[in-house]
Amino acid sequence: MDWKLDDGRPIWPQLSQQLARRIIAGVYPPGSRLPPVRELAAEAGVNPNTMQRALAQLEQEGLARADRTAGRLVTQDAAVLDAARLREAQDVIRTYFEAMSALGYSRERAVELLKEEFR
Amino acid sequence: MSDFLIECRGLYKSYGLRPALSGVDLAVGPGRIVGLLGPNGSGKTTLIKLLCGLLQPTRGELTVDGSAIGPYTKSVISYLPDRMYFADWMKAVDLFDLFRDFYADFEYEKAMAMCRSLGVEPGDRLKSMSKGTKEKVQLVLAMSRAAKLYLLDEPIAGVDPAARDFILRTILTNYNEEGTVLLSTHLISDIEKVLDEAVFLKEGRIMLHATVDDIREKEGKSVDALFREIFRAEPMWEGGEL
Repeated sequence: MDWKLDDGRPIWPQLSQQLARRIIAGVYPPGSRLPPVRELAAEAGVNPNTMQRALAQLEQEGLARADRTAGRLVTQDAAVLDAARLREAQDVIRTYFEAMSALGYSRERAVELLKEEFR
Repeated sequence: MSDFLIECRGLYKSYGLRPALSGVDLAVGPGRIVGLLGPNGSGKTTLIKLLCGLLQPTRGELTVDGSAIGPYTKSVISYLPDRMYFADWMKAVDLFDLFRDFYADFEYEKAMAMCRSLGVEPGDRLKSMSKGTKEKVQLVLAMSRAAKLYLLDEPIAGVDPAARDFILRTILTNYNEEGTVLLSTHLISDIEKVLDEAVFLKEGRIMLHATVDDIREKEGKSVDALFREIFRAEPMWEGGEL
């Protein structure tokens, strides 16, 4: 999985969103240890302080927690994971409607087209 | 003791009558990666040379780790110059020996390991190396010290884009965690993601000093885009308004 960073927005929220998606997708399974900040920062080619801030956001959202012995563990709380999954799904849906609106479709028409896709 | 690693107040430097820095106030804390950004001739190299004691300020105050520039500050600063200053008959390993003698914080084994990962043959003479390889050797020398302040003057200018990414990763994974990295460049889009803070220099003055994420948040654009906007050269039109 590659890190993808847009130009127009701050970097840390993009990192924390992509970390969250990796957790949801099971790249970092529930209960597993997240790679250390420096390793993640080097992998993404970003500043360690920026990665640190992204990880702090994950803790804030309950997706990870600091371990007693240095490092962070992915949550095992299914409710938290489901909530995060739903948040990301809503984000995908919003993106869909925005793209359809840019093509000139109303919300209603966009919903209909989506249903037709499954007939 | 001050919380800042670098402190400049009213720093002024002129070459003859021509000012290179006209009143620079700058404070940078420890553990930061800071980009010194500006077009050619904006004073980037002058500021770096003042910090490492190669130039004396015309006026103003300058301290590193709480001390005036001198033997102590030189012992905690690792400097990567914008040009090669070694005799070309030397081998990379000769330079490592030299640095081991000169600097107590030089880690020989680390230098050899970095050569391996950068694909540099330490037994080769400098004169047989390409420009990019020589730059890598200089980077290895600078990053193999456990310094408090790394001053990197255009560390990625002479290498291809693939090597650039590799060098940035080398800087990220090798700088000492409490250390600060100040690096000058005009290749902003390549380094933006690794910076904590950006300092924009224009005509010897600091125009902007902010964190990269603050700039992106406030301006809604990348530091690179903002830089191009601020420093856009105005074309000269002959014959009045268009």
